[in-house]
Amino acid sequence: MSAMLLPLADFTAPKIEYNELAPLLVVFGAACVGVLAEAFLPRQLRHLVQLTITVVAVVVSGVLTGMLMNGKKEIIAAQGAISVDGPALFTWLILLALTLISVLLFAERSVDGGLSAFAGQAAAVPGSEAEREGTAARIEHTEVFPLTLFAVGGMMLFAASNDLLVLFVALEVFSLPLYLLCGLARRRRLISQEAAMKYFLLGAFSSAFLLFGIALLYGYAGTMSLGGISDALSTDTGNDTILLAGTGLLGVGLLFKVGGVPFHSWTPDVYQGAPTPVTGFMAACTKIAAFVGLMRVFYVALGGSRWDWAPMMWIVAILTMVVGSIVAITQTDVKRMLAYSSIAHAGFLLTAFVGLAQAGSGVHNGGITSTQAVLFYLVSYGFPTIGAFAVVTLVRDAGGEATHLSRWAGLGKKSPLLAGIFAFFLLSFAGIPLTAGFTGKWAVFSAAWTGGAWPLVVVAVLSSLVAAFFYVRVIVLMFFSDLPADSPDVALPGWQTTSAVALGLAATVVLGLVPGPVLDLAARAGEFIR
Amino acid sequence: MSHELTWLLVAVPAVSAAILLLGGKATNAWGHLLGTLAPVISFAFGVVLFFQMRGKSDGERSETVRLFEWFSVGHIKVDFTLLIDPLSILFVLLITGVGSLIHIYSIGYMEHDERRRRFFGFLNLFIASMLLLVLAADYLLVFVGWEGVGLASYLLIGFWQIKNSAAVAAKKAFVVNRVGDIGLSLAVMSMWALFGSSAFSTVNAGAEHLSKTWATLLGLMLLLAACGKSAQVPLQSWLLDAMEGPTPVSALIHAATMVTAGVYLVVRSHAIYAVTDAASTAVVIVGTVTALAGAIIGCAKDDIKKALAGSTMSQIGYMMLAAGLGPAGYVFAIFHLLTHGFFKANMFLGAGSVMHGMNDDVNMRHYGALRSAMKVTFVTFGFGYLAILGIPPFAGFFSKDKIIEAAFADNIVIGLCALLGAGITAFYMTRVMIMTFFGKKRWAEDVHPHESPKVMTWPLIILAALSLGGGALYFAGHWIVDWLAPIVGHEEEHAPLSATVMTIITLAVVAVGIAISVLMYRRDIPREAPAGSPITTFARRDLYGDALNEALFMRPGQYLTRTLVWLDNRGIDGLVNGLAALFGGLSGRLRRFQTGFVRSYALSMVFGAAFVVVALLAVRLS
Repeated sequence: MSAMLLPLADFTAPKIEYNELAPLLVVFGAACVGVLAEAFLPRQLRHLVQLTITVVAVVVSGVLTGMLMNGKKEIIAAQGAISVDGPALFTWLILLALTLISVLLFAERSVDGGLSAFAGQAAAVPGSEAEREGTAARIEHTEVFPLTLFAVGGMMLFAASNDLLVLFVALEVFSLPLYLLCGLARRRRLISQEAAMKYFLLGAFSSAFLLFGIALLYGYAGTMSLGGISDALSTDTGNDTILLAGTGLLGVGLLFKVGGVPFHSWTPDVYQGAPTPVTGFMAACTKIAAFVGLMRVFYVALGGSRWDWAPMMWIVAILTMVVGSIVAITQTDVKRMLAYSSIAHAGFLLTAFVGLAQAGSGVHNGGITSTQAVLFYLVSYGFPTIGAFAVVTLVRDAGGEATHLSRWAGLGKKSPLLAGIFAFFLLSFAGIPLTAGFTGKWAVFSAAWTGGAWPLVVVAVLSSLVAAFFYVRVIVLMFFSDLPADSPDVALPGWQTTSAVALGLAATVVLGLVPGPVLDLAARAGEFIR
Repeated sequence: MSHELTWLLVAVPAVSAAILLLGGKATNAWGHLLGTLAPVISFAFGVVLFFQMRGKSDGERSETVRLFEWFSVGHIKVDFTLLIDPLSILFVLLITGVGSLIHIYSIGYMEHDERRRRFFGFLNLFIASMLLLVLAADYLLVFVGWEGVGLASYLLIGFWQIKNSAAVAAKKAFVVNRVGDIGLSLAVMSMWALFGSSAFSTVNAGAEHLSKTWATLLGLMLLLAACGKSAQVPLQSWLLDAMEGPTPVSALIHAATMVTAGVYLVVRSHAIYAVTDAASTAVVIVGTVTALAGAIIGCAKDDIKKALAGSTMSQIGYMMLAAGLGPAGYVFAIFHLLTHGFFKANMFLGAGSVMHGMNDDVNMRHYGALRSAMKVTFVTFGFGYLAILGIPPFAGFFSKDKIIEAAFADNIVIGLCALLGAGITAFYMTRVMIMTFFGKKRWAEDVHPHESPKVMTWPLIILAALSLGGGALYFAGHWIVDWLAPIVGHEEEHAPLSATVMTIITLAVVAVGIAISVLMYRRDIPREAPAGSPITTFARRDLYGDALNEALFMRPGQYLTRTLVWLDNRGIDGLVNGLAALFGGLSGRLRRFQTGFVRSYALSMVFGAAFVVVALLAVRLS
């Protein structure tokens, strides 16, 4: 309350650390330039220009992030609003790398007759004359590129926000573009629009929970800053009921984005309906941003009451792993199966998250803390995920992508290379040694184990076992089934998809064979600062 | 040439085998020549080494050649070390000498076989493995050779694998040998546990400090191994079937060399048997039983090769018997092993020559009166016959006589058994001789017996000469006793009767055996085998050895596997499938919550939020 009584004269301009925030500013700035370009450039130039702007922005931002990491300077920037610490920088780097791959997929135009995966005119009624004319005129929504930049900027901000209000703003900044992107599929537009609608409604619903949680926490601590809430917890002055209710509702909002059970129900529908490149982008990047945000809030602000929220998180983690793995068994659509797989992976990540292995609390010298394990897992999960969705875009028939699993039967005979790559990604998801997934699983499980959460590890291992079943089932289907007569074609990818798949594959292989450097990088990222 | 190059003995045939087996059709034209050259080179080298060794004094004849460290695990370190001493050099000469002759013989015998090159490759593989077996200075390395000869034996028994019987016989030999191999591998592991090493030197040094129990156990393990490889009771059953292989294989592997590996192993392990009377007695009993069993089987077989195989079993039984007698018998075991190598290879090759002339018919009831048709074969076979009977001055007389003498010195019962065996040997060998070479022609109509080509008869002649002259090793001043005594030890035991009286008794028993045989087979021999007495049937059925194995091991084993399969199908598969069905069902149920309606999703979120908040409060308030 006292803040409102301050006389206006005391207002000082906020101090902005431009150097440290440069990666963020570059992305947001480029997004704004992209919007302008969309407005002023002639149509035929837009694709190339937008792609260039986006790629340059992402690369420049990535380089700046790398320089910041090298400088090892950790600060709380922008008057305590943004925390540019090790984990934040590491997250930025992964987000930017994965965004680069996603953007390549967005730019792919050769698999579907020279048109991108996005609707020519989102406003045209599906199946209408206007839509046909738009297609004939080869109209495209090149807005996807600035939208992506806004989304990734929001994600970066979300992962670095040191203040609940900034957290909320960042959440909306990355969510709104995603809602739009989900509804832009060129093929099967109705299901795409339905996905966007569902995502928007449920996202708004979860935002309400988040906001209410923020309000309650403000009521408890009298401040929005994460550090301030932590201080309030340590002095233990407020009303515990408000604290717990606030924690719970904030948790609901964050778990929604993470895709934790029982807040996961949007995931399969949205993943299935969204254009596949967008699904890949969401599955990898949203999960990363949401997880780092979740950890930051719960470790930094609410770390003092961890014994209150840990049991609840245990249950959510178990539910997430078990439901994700089990429901995936009966899925018949590749994208839905991957959606449930991503839910199961969220469960494994939650295992490390609630394992609470932190420096000084049971982690030996050279051991791995929860934060580092989660960061590494996010890398090892992100690359195969985008790679797998990229492969999905290539298996096509007359109606677009052939995502029904029965259509994938015998794919190994038709295109051994593609099926082999997909199989490799699936093996990585299953956590087979010599793939990224194995190293990631080992990291999170060992973090959880040292943190004392061994029952969770047991459940996680059993869930992995169940999960392995449906991954291997797809492999068996691809390689040991007969090729049906009307099997879908494997589209010849352009350089964009080729390089996206190649990058995903390379990262999966390297992280599986020599995980050391990235593990070191994650370890050097250290802990969250406040 | 120095002993440092001992490894060449093994390497030459090994390289040749590799060339022949990996070289493919390119080596077809000259493969048999290379394959024959390899053992000849090894033999020549062996002769050089032998004479070098003769030039040294007793104490300096044993040389170890450490080639490289094979592996080192924890405190166990195994070197790839060869041992060349008076014992192993005799084996080297036997293996490469008789081996070379049999290779030469095979050039003619396998001439029309389109896979001749491969045959020589396998033979070379056998020679290399057998040499490694006898040259190794470490039980583990012996085991390598042991398995190598087992593999070669398997490949060669089943060489004509298009015949089902050959494939089955090969499998049988492999499986039965495996039982023996367990004995050897257990022995090696026990040695590691007891001595920390399986090198001969360490084991020999440590044996005298061994507890009686362990010494007996080790002795029995090694005996089990020996039984498997040397076809001794109770692991004898494979040898008769092994005659399915080409005859040179029977001569080389299943008569002259490989099957004597068990005797070598027992003699080599003399330090262990010296500590344990129980295991030594077991060796004697096994040897005696086998000597009689093999002889009895030999009496009833109409298949010339199987009759000889029974004889091989029986003769190896004699060697085992001798080896079990300890220092009194070791030298004579090895001596008999050498002479047997000569005369049995001689007879097998002779049998092969007969088969060659008789369109590969092995049934002696279809032979008769071949002495005029195949003169060289007849005479050489006759030399082998006289040698195995122990007629002076043939080689077998010296070696067998000494064994019977030593047996009597040890135990009167064992001695009587050995004597009886000699009589039976005379009976069945005379039977073979009469049925094959004397009497009337009982040939099939389209058979025109002829003498074999020179490439086959010359080896026969050389082996016949050795069958005659091999005894020189002993009667020339007890040379072999002096040669081997520093290695295996020797002590004379005095028989209850003087040596001359023993010899006369033995010869009398042999004469009785011959006489009975002549009386029985003088009359016409039917082309079809008559029903025969129960005893004949007993012998024809290999003393029911196979029936026993089937009843005791095969059928219970099959029941066990069937039970396990049933358990697997019902129990474990049921559990696994049940679990899968459970998860599948659960998945189907949970899936229904995914209705596709935003309203129900929102509702689930509300419930979830309520759960989260309640859970948080519950934790705090509890």
